[in-house]
Amino acid sequence: MGFDHLRATYFEESGELLESAYAQLSALAEDRADGDTMHALFRAIHSIKGGGGAFGFTRLVGLAHVMETLLDRLRDGALEGTPERMALLLKATDALADLLAAEQRDEAMPAGFEDGLIAALAAVVEAPGAAAPTMAAPAAPAAPAAAAVPEGTGWRIEFRPHAALFRHANEPLLLIRALRALGPLTVSAALDRLPGLEALEPEDAYLAWTLVLAAPLPRAAVEEIFEFVVDDCDLSIDPLVPAVVQDDAPVMAAAAVAAPAGARPEPTAAQSVRVDVAKVDRLVNLVGELVINQAMLLQLGSTVPPEVCPGLVAGLETLSQHLRELQEGVMAIRTQPVKSVFSRMPRLVRELAAQLGKDVRLVVTGEATEIDKTVVEQLADPLTHLLRNALDHGLETPEAREAAGKPRQGTVHLSAEQRGGRILIELSDDGRGIDRARVLARAKERGIVAPDAVLSDGEIDELIFMPGFSTAAAVSSVSGRGVGMDVVRRNIQSLGGRIAVESRFGEGSRFVLSLPLTLAVMDGLVVSVGREAYILPIAAIVESLRPRPQDIDEVVGRGQVLSIRGAYIPLLPLHRAFGVADAVLDPSRGIVVIVETDNAGRVGLLVDDLVGQQQVVVKSMEANYGTIAGIGGATILGNGRVALILDVAGLATLPQAGASARHATAAAVALH
Amino acid sequence: MQTLMQPRQAGTEAPPHTGLAGPPQMGMAAQYITCTLGDAEYGIDILSVREIKGWTETTALPHAAPWVRGVINLRGTIVPILDLRARFGQGMTVPTAMHVVVIIQTATRMAGLLVDAVSDIITVAAEEIRPVPEIGAGVPERLLGGLIPREGGMVSLVSLDNLITMPDAEAASGLLS
Repeated sequence: MGFDHLRATYFEESGELLESAYAQLSALAEDRADGDTMHALFRAIHSIKGGGGAFGFTRLVGLAHVMETLLDRLRDGALEGTPERMALLLKATDALADLLAAEQRDEAMPAGFEDGLIAALAAVVEAPGAAAPTMAAPAAPAAPAAAAVPEGTGWRIEFRPHAALFRHANEPLLLIRALRALGPLTVSAALDRLPGLEALEPEDAYLAWTLVLAAPLPRAAVEEIFEFVVDDCDLSIDPLVPAVVQDDAPVMAAAAVAAPAGARPEPTAAQSVRVDVAKVDRLVNLVGELVINQAMLLQLGSTVPPEVCPGLVAGLETLSQHLRELQEGVMAIRTQPVKSVFSRMPRLVRELAAQLGKDVRLVVTGEATEIDKTVVEQLADPLTHLLRNALDHGLETPEAREAAGKPRQGTVHLSAEQRGGRILIELSDDGRGIDRARVLARAKERGIVAPDAVLSDGEIDELIFMPGFSTAAAVSSVSGRGVGMDVVRRNIQSLGGRIAVESRFGEGSRFVLSLPLTLAVMDGLVVSVGREAYILPIAAIVESLRPRPQDIDEVVGRGQVLSIRGAYIPLLPLHRAFGVADAVLDPSRGIVVIVETDNAGRVGLLVDDLVGQQQVVVKSMEANYGTIAGIGGATILGNGRVALILDVAGLATLPQAGASARHATAAAVALH
Repeated sequence: MQTLMQPRQAGTEAPPHTGLAGPPQMGMAAQYITCTLGDAEYGIDILSVREIKGWTETTALPHAAPWVRGVINLRGTIVPILDLRARFGQGMTVPTAMHVVVIIQTATRMAGLLVDAVSDIITVAAEEIRPVPEIGAGVPERLLGGLIPREGGMVSLVSLDNLITMPDAEAASGLLS
């Protein structure tokens, strides 16, 4: 394992540890903390510090160290976790994240960046109000523990490793040696679990130890040694019967309270294996190949008369079912809770709120909802943007809110939930909502809509997603550069998702992102155009029909429209969009598939025929070729041929088709 | 120009090869696979060649340059097929089952080159490679990396990296219309 690899692993793990630290901090802030919360927080910071030391990140270690000292005091109950101290810890964690990010980029934060925080933390630890009579200087790592009040005369430690201890790269001998370094140690091993030689698994841990440490140390000093194995063993740390000390009753009481924490409950976190994403992707690809293969077999199977091979159809059916399950199972490996991106948002809100002078509460729900790893990673940017927007444009200042009869504190709600095959992510605020009159005026001013256009509320709300649209009166560093919402929409669409907005003026806005569970496989409708076959994402299809000749009208210079139940839908002949020869030209002899696009409403795609519905494995076109307007990717059909997957949103904006589609929409609107 | 910034899809089996586009260093020899377009012979760096297969029907790509014949499925990977003759501006190849596709892998991409036939493997010392004259024979010069004089003719070395850089789709459709 190379050094770079170790470094990468450290940053990856530190990211997770920071996430955990933030989660614990918010649990503490919201009074959801239990006995383990503070321990978990301490462990997270401690682990970041430990690894950082190994890589020589001294500034990071310096900050982590004072944090740890404060946490230690809080954990002992020597200091109380007041809101101010929690806020300080939160700030320090932010700074720690910044230092980590800088190290990862091989950059340095400005000199003195963390000094103020370190001083503030040290001041809290050394405050005269602190319960501990003596206090060590934060510079000496082992000092605070050693300086705390001794408890009893020593400790009896029952240490029973779980079988997997060695496999998790832990070594009891090192722990015992570390204990011995603290004071006189009596060790006795329990061999009761040792099996016969024939049943012995060389990598399992069988022995258990009773360790008697005859040194008057604080519990934390002993616990620290077992910090990294607590999840891999049954551990109990009990004070030796105090033969002498009886004069300090409060200290003993504190020890008694702390005792249950020593026998820590089994961690509730799920067991996990760290696997290289490339390995998972290989598996996903292989399953994809199997799906193609199975489609091919099904096709072949249907050509065999049932009497020739009676069991064939049933066998193929079973194969399909198992394959679908296998596929779901493999895809599930790739999924990740949205927590990893949601957890970055509270900090963003804190910083932005301070910058904008607004009072904001962020409520996050459904963080455990799982979604494809790639989607999670690419959600960060759009979500950040939406959140910035909500804080900058949506929420009012506390004064304005009061004047409007709302609570001074604005609320932003971020939630995720799975609904069917999709994940819905919602971001709502109770701010001022979309000012439709202003939006429409701005759109007319910018020439985005015709000056005399009459638009419905929904259509006006949609305008905020148009390129070059921004209503921020003054351009600020937060938002208002006018590259916002259209980019957000493109990002979401490139993930196969949709974004919609609902708003009530004066009451707030709600953005709903609907995303596919996975990017790798989707349900598609195979359509034929000339000699070519194309795949339409089922999710985008509204209906398909064969129009009657009288339903087709020509709008002069703007192409054909289809009249359906009193509405007019622009027709987009695929053969023209893609230059396919020998296709059906007369709409009344082909099939029109009506699709829902986010930017151009409904569009009717003219194809020759519908071939069938099937699951397709999405392959990248970009890898070896590049992006093609109107094409989202490619897949391989049962016959081994490549078929292109249509990008419905992109289709509607194709140069010639888009122009006619947009104009036709305007025409349809005017006809209402 | 559309650059080669897209990362390669994970799962393509080949280790990425650094796509030696230029001629070998002085004093070193390199091997080339030679293939024919009509009477002309072209050399392709053997280290970039993944495999050689017969012509199969392609799936056409919309808005593509005329020399992009479409894409094929190469064991699960989508590979674009370029008509080398058309790329050199010498008209479209009319492919038959006898035509050959040379699959190449450069640092960034995989592509197939449609040629008439594959003829030989030659070993060439760096000194033998002559620069391409400024006024080429109709072939845009930057597509060729050098010329090798041979008995009874000449082999033109194909500069793969320049060859498979795809012109912008819009520029291509502009060419078409």
